[in-house]
This record gives sequence, C-alpha cells and structure tokens, in this order.
Amino acid sequence: MSTSAIVMMLVAMAVIWGGLALAVVSLLRHGAVEDRVEAPRRDL
Amino acid sequence: MSTTAGRAPEQSGEEGRRGAFSSRRVFILAAIGSAVGLGNIWRFPYVAYENGGGAFLLPYLVALLTAGIPFLLLDYAIGHRHRGSAPLSFARLRRGAEGLGWWQVAICFVIAVYYAAVLAWALRYTFFSLDQAWGSDPNAFFFGEFLQAGDVAVTADVVPGVLVPLAIVWLAVLVVMALGVQRGIGVVSLVFIPLLVLAFVVLVVQALLLDGAGFGLDALFRPDWGALTEASVWAAAFGQIFFSLSIGFGIMITYASYVGRREDMTGSGLVVGFSNSSFELLAGIGVFAALGFMAQSSGVAVDEVASGGIGLAFIAFPTIISEAPAGALLGVLFFGSLVIAGITSLISVIEVVISAVRDKFDTSRLTATLAVVVPTAVLSLVLFSTTSGIYVLDVVDHFVNQYGILVVALVSMLVVAWAVRALPRLSEHLNVHGRPRVGTGWRVLVSIVAPLALALVLVFGLLDDLEAPYEDYPTWLLLVFGWLMVVALPVVGFLLARVKWRAGTHLDGPPPGSDPVAPLRATAPAGGADVRPRPAAGQDEGGAR
Repeated sequence: MSTSAIVMMLVAMAVIWGGLALAVVSLLRHGAVEDRVEAPRRDL
Repeated sequence: MSTTAGRAPEQSGEEGRRGAFSSRRVFILAAIGSAVGLGNIWRFPYVAYENGGGAFLLPYLVALLTAGIPFLLLDYAIGHRHRGSAPLSFARLRRGAEGLGWWQVAICFVIAVYYAAVLAWALRYTFFSLDQAWGSDPNAFFFGEFLQAGDVAVTADVVPGVLVPLAIVWLAVLVVMALGVQRGIGVVSLVFIPLLVLAFVVLVVQALLLDGAGFGLDALFRPDWGALTEASVWAAAFGQIFFSLSIGFGIMITYASYVGRREDMTGSGLVVGFSNSSFELLAGIGVFAALGFMAQSSGVAVDEVASGGIGLAFIAFPTIISEAPAGALLGVLFFGSLVIAGITSLISVIEVVISAVRDKFDTSRLTATLAVVVPTAVLSLVLFSTTSGIYVLDVVDHFVNQYGILVVALVSMLVVAWAVRALPRLSEHLNVHGRPRVGTGWRVLVSIVAPLALALVLVFGLLDDLEAPYEDYPTWLLLVFGWLMVVALPVVGFLLARVKWRAGTHLDGPPPGSDPVAPLRATAPAGGADVRPRPAAGQDEGGAR
C-alpha cells in the first residue's frame, strides 16, 4: 500500500470508529445522569 | 447502554396497543439493523472507490454530519413526538400532511416487494458457497442456470430455484412481524446485529490475510484530491448517506414512535449514524481486500475487477470464493452477512406498512401482519421468481430510490421546515432529554443544507437518465416499472390519506402527555424556557407512566 493510502485508511478509521466510540460514551454518560434523575421519582 | 433494559418503557393505553421497544438498546440495534443493509456491503465500497478513493472520506463525512444525521434526528423527532406511524405522525403534525406519510408507506411497500428477492438469492448463495456450485463461470451460472434470465420481457415462467428461497424469506418475515415490535423486531435485532458484526469482522480478517489484499486497499484508500472539485463526487457522497441511513421514507419515524418518551433521541441518533458508517468502512476494507486478492490471482489491475451491487455479490465474490483458501468459509460469511443485513432492513421496511395499517384501521397485530405481508409476498413471488425477475427488479430499484425516496424526502423536509414551520418545536422536543442539544445550526442544516444536497443528488441522477435510457432497457419497461410506478406512489399516498381514521384517533397535535415541552413552555417566563427536566419538579412530563 502507498503511504497516502495508509494515512487515509487510518484517518478514516480514527474519524468514523472514533466518532462511534465518542457517541456511545456520550450516550452512556447522559444515560447515567437520567438514571439518577429518575431514581427518586420511582421511590416517591 | 440502556437505562430501561428488561422492562417496557412508559406507555399510555394507545402505546400499549401499538407496541414498543423494551429499551433504548433494543431501539438502537433495530435502527442500526434497518440502516445497515445490502447497500453498506455492496454499494459503499464501489462508490468510494469510484469517487476519489481516500479523498471521498471528506465529502462523505461532510454529508454525514451536515445532512445525514440532522435528517435522521428530524425523523426521530417527528416519530418520537407524535407517537405514530408515518401517516399518523404527519397527520398530527398538520392534517394536510398525512399524504406524505402514505407516500412513504407506498415506497416501503414497493421496496419490500423486490428487496426480498435479493435476500432469497443471497440465501441460496450461502449454500452454493459450500461446494462452489457456480463452477468456473459465476457470471454464466448466475444469469443462466440460477436466474434463467432470458430476453428483456415480463414472463410468467417460474424459476423454482428462486421461488423456494423467496417463499422461505417471506415466511420468516411473516413470523417475525406477527410476533410484534419487541418480541419480533426487537429480539431479531438483539440477536442478528451482534452476529452480523461478528461474522463480518471474521470475514474482514480472513480477507486481509489473502495475498494481494494490500493492492485492493491501496485502490480503495489512495486519495485522488482532484475528485473533490467535481460536483458529481459530492452528489455521490450525499446520495450514499441518504440511501444508506434509511431516512426520509418512514422507517425512522415508525421506530422512534416505539421508543420510551424519556429516551435521548439525539444521542441515539449519533450512535446509529456513526454505527452505519462504521459498518460501511468495515465492509469497504473487507470487500477491497478480497478484490485485491482476485486482481492479483488473475494477473490484472484492481480496476478491472472492481464492481458494486449485484455484479460484486453474485459474480465477483463467487470468483474470489472459488480461488481463496478456505473459500467456503469466506462464502458463508459473506452471503450470510448479506442475508442478516438484508432481513433486518426488510422487516423495518415492512413495519412501516404494518404500523400505518394498524394506526389507521385499529386492527390487531396479527390481522395487520397478514393483511400486509401476504399480498406483498404474493406480488413479490409473482414478479421476481420468474425468468424476467432481474430486469424488473433492476428498474424498480433504480427508480424507487432515485425518484421515490429522494423526492419524498425532499418534499417532506420542505413541508416540515417551511410549510408547517415545525422545526422549533421539534428541536425543543429533542432537547428535553437529548444530548448534545440541537439548535439553530440543526434547523439551518435541515431546512436549507440537506434539501439543497438532496436536490443536487436528484438533478445528477435525472441528468444521467435523460442522457441515456437506464441500462439501455426498452422504453416500455422503463415507463411501466419506472416512471409510471414513481408517479403512482404519491397519487396512491394522497388517496389513502382520504380514508377516514378509526374512531377516537387523536389527530390534533401530539397525543396527550407526549409533548413534554408543552407544560414547561406554558409556565415559562418571557424570553424562553429552559426545557431541561428538573429532578425536583415532582411531575412526570410523560404523563402516562
């Protein structure tokens, strides 16, 4: 493979798969906040 | 990932009747299952290769972030806020817009009719892979022995080798759909999507270990920066994103209506959008590594073997499978992946129709499933298990994508953004539980950027079709199964919108309790409301727990 092809493949992996990882982490963190918000309501 | 796994989300009586996903995780997997289809595996790699290779990444990402994900969020907001199928959601948005929903339903019906046929081919080829039944000439085998394709004409000569797997596909769809939203679609997604990813990762690893894989990857990723100056390359990027994400024709509206009212639809949309692209990238690596092996073993350049669509799946890949070490495994993984990716997309397309019928006529799940799936299956079997099936399929596929999905998506966006002016309340809805928050930027993208991009894709496709008849098919075939069909779809849609709704259907805005912004907006001080949920408020904005 040429250097430019390797670089573009790595960039594609980093951006797209990295974007997915960030999206999942963000959703998980926000989900955890929602859990804490909802928990007391069920007890009331 | 889910905060509500294992229990049903909050449901009102109507939602309990319609069915719902049991958790956010199930919804996300179902949405990924819908988005990841045949196009991810056999379309994206070739489109990327043809349009600048590695440089295509730039327009592709721009299309994903400026049009694909914003439009996906628009679909989510419409379905999640209005809690209905596409026709019901549009009717609740504005009574006169109901026809748009039925137009989308009509498109889904047409897609389901032919999409199942390709799945049937892939199913048969999964077994053909075990002993490489195509012999030394996969091209002659596919068109001759397997499809028995004759002259371009509509015939009633049935091909048993297609009829049987096609009937099996429809039987499987019938069972899944009859089981309902969670026990059918949800469970299939929970099992099949991880299985699909696992199968494809194994396939990619096997492909990367083949001699010549590097040549294929070099052809795919070597950037041609000059391509970025061509408008057609940008149109191809936006087209790939639109066709691939299952947006604009009712699927995501329907699925979003089955999600709990408190779920984060924005975050879920980002995960679905990037998951779809992640799988496309994985498919590109696997497909071009295998094509590199094929080119090297044939002693030719990669551009002589590179192809997409049916040619890639049923002609190029069988050749690779015959020549590669452990070819049977490669074949089962490849065609098995096509079947799994296709079946999860097919059930999402059929669900749009079933959901609309249930909402409109107040039928049971089983009745609606039988009323939709049986006629669709019969039409599918009649049209596509014959010796003329491939020609009709090719024409219908081209026209329903190019002039069905694109046009209805464009019209829907313009109506929602400019006629109904619903974007402010839809963005408020997304922001109640969603992160990151959407605002003016999203509204600009949905109302201006995405419609312009869609129009660009549409114009380029139209210019191609005006320059020469599609694939040089006879005019009568293009007129009947192409132009006439796409013109009939909105007509049928707006006629169906004239049928009365079942008694008691709430049509004036979102159903009671499903607009969490409303009570907060009503008590907000002048200058705008902070619509984020307040833990201490002691009130359930969902209203129906």
